[in-house]
Amino acid sequence: MAQEITLGQLRRWLILYADRIIAEEEQLTRLDAAIGDADHGVNMRRGLEKVRERLLDEETQYADVGAFFRSIAMTLISAVGGAAGPLYGTFFLRAATSPHNGERVDLPQFTRMLRFGLDGLQQRGKAHINDKTMVDTIQPAVEAMEAALASGQSLAVALAAAKQAARLGMEHTIEIRANKGRASYLGDRSIGHQDPGATSAYFLFETAVVALSTPVPKE
Amino acid sequence: MIGLVLVSHSRLIADGLCQLADQMAGGGVKIAPAGGLTDDPYTLGTDAALILEAIESVWSEDGVLLLVDMGSAVMSAEMALEFLPDEQRNRCLISNAPLVEGAIVAALHAGMGNRLHDVNAAAEDALNARKVERVPENVKDKTCG
Ligand SMILES: Nc1ncnc2c1ncn2[C@@H]1O[C@H](COP(=O)(O)OP(=O)(O)O)[C@@H](O)[C@H]1O
Ligand SMILES: [Mg+2]
Repeated sequence: MAQEITLGQLRRWLILYADRIIAEEEQLTRLDAAIGDADHGVNMRRGLEKVRERLLDEETQYADVGAFFRSIAMTLISAVGGAAGPLYGTFFLRAATSPHNGERVDLPQFTRMLRFGLDGLQQRGKAHINDKTMVDTIQPAVEAMEAALASGQSLAVALAAAKQAARLGMEHTIEIRANKGRASYLGDRSIGHQDPGATSAYFLFETAVVALSTPVPKE
Repeated sequence: MIGLVLVSHSRLIADGLCQLADQMAGGGVKIAPAGGLTDDPYTLGTDAALILEAIESVWSEDGVLLLVDMGSAVMSAEMALEFLPDEQRNRCLISNAPLVEGAIVAALHAGMGNRLHDVNAAAEDALNARKVERVPENVKDKTCG
């Protein structure tokens, strides 16, 4: 029971994520100003405000976990605008196609959803680890979840491991040179700056710890 | 006759180019713009759902050629194609042509009833069209110091 994630918890996760992105808009834009076109904060805020609005609307009902993630994906692809739109959109759309238990997912299923999402994102953007993109955050996080799962850890421990790995991956983007996206036009001048997409992706795993490993009061 | 979809981060570019290409083709070709975002038309960006709608609006069995500007336009266009059923997706092509010149050439060739790959080849060839005969010696860069 404690090892299952409910639709209510997923909803809380994305609301917390939206709040975090909205609060960090300026930081994300500042990071994108250094190595891109200074719009990652605005793009993400616009997309996540729409997501937040939909999630807070009591009328919105989701048939199951798949429908939930699909709705997040469709909102992001139409409202983000920059490269992050199709990339996060594909991440959630692919996650939605992975098996679940209707209104719940267990840890192995959730881990597979994230793996599906990551694979989709990489097919879309063709980025690999160390290309200085959001993949540098998401891939280590998913691998940490998989390792925790394989060694029989609890959901809470797996999520904490994912967050830690995500943070290290995000920070590692400071040291490397961009090979994908706009920042790649800068070549070696991209070194020394943290990647904006890697940063927005970190907040996904940061907010997951609180949102997914504690029960939702009114459920 | 194939249809054309013009994808740009800018709604103004996509709409304006649509008007220009339509006029060049004499109004006989189905051309749809997909610029900006559905709910924020004048925000710069691309939207896979908007591109999908544009494809459907010009759809024909002969296929659809998509001309795109750059960056996320390509990813959003690819994503739009994935939403289509296989038999439709197999008749859509994302061009490597430059957006403005490519759209005009593509409109002309589509209007002649040419096939998808031939229209695309002509559009991609638009990159090679020379606009002026340059005499480099006559134009000097500002010298430093
Ligand atoms: N091909 C790609 N694969 C994975 N992530 C990418 C790719 N291209 C860009 N990104 C991510 O997107 C972020 C930039 O997003 P954003 O500023 O919203 O888009 P844009 O580059 O269109 O302005 C980058 O910091 C990077 O993490
Ligand atoms: Mg940007």
